[in-house]
Amino acid sequence: MEILEFTALELGEKIQRREISVREAAQAALAQAEAAEPAINSYVTLDPEGALAQADEIQRKIDAGELAGPLAGVPVAVKDNMCIKGQLTTCSSKILSNFKPVYTAEAVLNLQKAGAVILGKTNMDEFAMGSTTETSYYGPTKNPHNTAHVPGGSSGGSCAAVAARECFGALGSDTGGSIRQPSSFCGVVGMKPTYGTVSRYGLIAYGSSLDQIGPITKDVSDCAAFLEAITSHDPKDSTSIRREDYRFTEALQDDVKGMRIGIPRDYMGEGLDGEVREAVMRAAKVLEEKGAVVEEFDLGLVKYAIPAYYTIASAEASSNLERFDGVKYGYRAAGYEDLHSMYKKTRSEGFGAEVKRRIMLGSFVLSSGYYDAYYLKALRVKALIKKAFDNAFEKYDMILGPAAPTTAPELGSSLSDPLKMYLGDIYTISVNLAGLPGMSAPVGKDHRGLPIGMQLIGNVFQEKKLLRAAYTYECATEKQFERAAELSGTGAAPAGTDGAGQEDTAKEAHQA
Amino acid sequence: MTKQYETVIGLEVHIELATKTKIFCGCSTEFGGAPNTHTCPVCTGMPGSLPVLNRQVVEYAMALGLATNCQITQVCKFDRKNYFYPDNPQNYQISQLYLPIARNGYVEIESGAEKKKVRIHEMHMEEDAGKLVHDEWDDTSLVDYNRSGVPLVEIVSEPDMRSADEVIAYLEKLRMIAQYLGVSDCKLQEGSMRADVNLSVREAGTKDFGTRTEMKNLNSFKAIAHAIEGERERQIELLEAGKEVVQETRRWDDNKEHSYAMRSKEDAQDYRYFPEPDLVPIVISDEWIDEIKARQPELRTEKLERYRKEFDIPQYDAEIITESKKMADLFEETTAICGKPKKVANWLMVETFRLMKDNGMEADDLTFSPANLARLIDLVDAGTINSSVAKKVFEKIFSEDVDPEKYVEENGLKMVNDEDALRETIENVIAANPQAVADYKGGKEKALGALMGQTMKAMKGKANPGMVNQMLREMLQS
Repeated sequence: MEILEFTALELGEKIQRREISVREAAQAALAQAEAAEPAINSYVTLDPEGALAQADEIQRKIDAGELAGPLAGVPVAVKDNMCIKGQLTTCSSKILSNFKPVYTAEAVLNLQKAGAVILGKTNMDEFAMGSTTETSYYGPTKNPHNTAHVPGGSSGGSCAAVAARECFGALGSDTGGSIRQPSSFCGVVGMKPTYGTVSRYGLIAYGSSLDQIGPITKDVSDCAAFLEAITSHDPKDSTSIRREDYRFTEALQDDVKGMRIGIPRDYMGEGLDGEVREAVMRAAKVLEEKGAVVEEFDLGLVKYAIPAYYTIASAEASSNLERFDGVKYGYRAAGYEDLHSMYKKTRSEGFGAEVKRRIMLGSFVLSSGYYDAYYLKALRVKALIKKAFDNAFEKYDMILGPAAPTTAPELGSSLSDPLKMYLGDIYTISVNLAGLPGMSAPVGKDHRGLPIGMQLIGNVFQEKKLLRAAYTYECATEKQFERAAELSGTGAAPAGTDGAGQEDTAKEAHQA
Repeated sequence: MTKQYETVIGLEVHIELATKTKIFCGCSTEFGGAPNTHTCPVCTGMPGSLPVLNRQVVEYAMALGLATNCQITQVCKFDRKNYFYPDNPQNYQISQLYLPIARNGYVEIESGAEKKKVRIHEMHMEEDAGKLVHDEWDDTSLVDYNRSGVPLVEIVSEPDMRSADEVIAYLEKLRMIAQYLGVSDCKLQEGSMRADVNLSVREAGTKDFGTRTEMKNLNSFKAIAHAIEGERERQIELLEAGKEVVQETRRWDDNKEHSYAMRSKEDAQDYRYFPEPDLVPIVISDEWIDEIKARQPELRTEKLERYRKEFDIPQYDAEIITESKKMADLFEETTAICGKPKKVANWLMVETFRLMKDNGMEADDLTFSPANLARLIDLVDAGTINSSVAKKVFEKIFSEDVDPEKYVEENGLKMVNDEDALRETIENVIAANPQAVADYKGGKEKALGALMGQTMKAMKGKANPGMVNQMLREMLQS
């Protein structure tokens, strides 16, 4: 089997058994990235030199018996809104196009401690604002399953990189669905943990009360392993929670007997694509056959989630993004006259249209005279939504539904109508408002070959239940990571065969 | 001016808390240091950095709140105050608007013979900003974030003060409380205590408030007093001329002794306050409040009461000494060593205050140690030095904290009790001053003083004055 065929855990095991060297693994992923990037554009920064240096250091530690974890030596990618010391960290924005952090994000540090090799930083919607990865200053990322379509967003680069096998797993961040929706569009597994489970220290904030880092992987087992690696209680993040149990891989059991699963009717009605509905219902049936108790119910309040979310997230974003002013780091416009003109020119030139739209929206809802009518009201809606979920979890172990109303839209079809794009977040954002864990796992494809994901939503701290259900589904369907059907365009390896570039690298690796 | 006007003043006082580290990170709060050396990703607003609240800040703020009779807000929160300025690295300040740590308190002040209460509206915690340095030559501005994130408490009073004297009395009271609690050194010149004055005038006897202005940049009690006088007159002149007072923020220029408008109400910024999502609410239990109460040091009133019982010193001395924590500490520590409260009080009341006045110092600037003052008192009591030498030695203690025993030894200042040496000197003085001797013998008692002075001078001030007096009398009779 070729290296790229392995999941992260399979690769990690081969590395532990010295069947594959860490350098070989890194070289295979780098070669694949080199081949796929012209068509996909998953990465903002690919760092072959740094990756190989990390690979050699990790190999040394493995050989010295200092590193034996399941992810030691596994090549990964990190969304470009997480700080890595000395490495370009742009948030896919012009305003940070020259920014190199002086410290590394806690979640990334945890991944490094587990021995992962970081290949580079992945593309995203600018400051994680968007659902398509088209608002990036570095151009859009394409869906590896069909490059005429978007990969979703905002963690589109991370999801596409995993789908196109440009890495064996990646970190994304999820403020309103930014891990789950692109995971669904790209046919990969993505998890947004309970708010406070992964440290936000070093994650460049969009909506602080909603942001959460999570893993994006080829399958459910990898998801559990990555989650186990990146979660920790971090005193540097006041919203970080000390969890009693971080052993997420223990949840990988093929058993859902007696598990109560609720399907919200509100998620399955108008606006939902027929093929997506069918695929999700089929998945529910699979779990039912495995012994779960599945029933439909009314969650309620769904239509209020979007306005509440865009009010709260934009309000926080308008404040969080104030620090990008040209004074201390990042882009500073040329030819300003005074302080005010420097601020104005720098921010006008440095931010893209969607970011400006949300800054204006956020500034408006916080301004004097409107605060109560918008921001406070949104907070009350948030509390009611949490209550609706609390009620649901009195009856159900988890909620099952789609991650997005449709499969991946075509490139260029979303940005012209932001309201429509915002409506695409309808199934994911309530989860952030309520601080709950949610994950997306692939359950099929539409007639065009575009992946469909089911979303599992749990009560706070119930990631293990979600992992167990998703794992059981995988076992029942013998589902494996499906390689992207199409990597059209130049330089990419066609489906079903391995690119020449990769073979060359593999050879080099053997010679090395 | 025919009408009588009343001045109405409320204060916003910022007190810098004396914590070792900043409010939201582990950086040092030490004053000075090369620019941007006491900084980290948090206090320079680096992307992705997050604040973590310093528990000590909450405890100091609680202590201040309790000492000023405030109610502690048991679930309190931080909010963001958004405004763009380069000294503020995030372009928002983490402060408290909706649920400040303490509310509804008061302090009692004495202005002239009258006692009155000044009510405290609220007290909140917040972070300080950095400092901009303008380089006129280069036409650039540089920013130093060493002060960024230093903890502050802002104390907002009700408009209860009516004169500059009351304002000064209020500020002195707050400063004394903060110093007694050990939560701040409250130095106006160094900016660890800052006051903004809200002032309006109204015709005497009316109930409604006039339009107020806010005065900033007041760095001394003198500046505050002058600014209040100036602003009162400016507003009255406007009203007398039939004009209106404009609600605005004014900046005091200490060199020109004049204030000028900074921004009017129309230009007032919308700070877009909202709850700080990066910090969790602070829940303050009854137990925590009790703990702070129990740890609260003795404040002035209790101290005065104790002095009255423990030490036999005049009430007036006790009042002066307890005006500052530093002086009271010096008194208590010195007394603990030498066991002579009356003498310690004397040294503090007379010589210490004289030297402080000569050098333009405040009690907090004193650097001498209680041990050295105690030794000095013992040296005088033991007859090792005489009192005029003691005053000179004290000056050395005051300025350099010298060990008086060593100093007296090294400089040969011990009192001379040697009868032979004294006899020889007195013989010489008698021989050299026949006129004075004749006068004394002729019944002029006063002439003895002149001869004493000559003898002391010849002995370089170190002679035992009692012995000289006695021996002179004896020798003149012979």
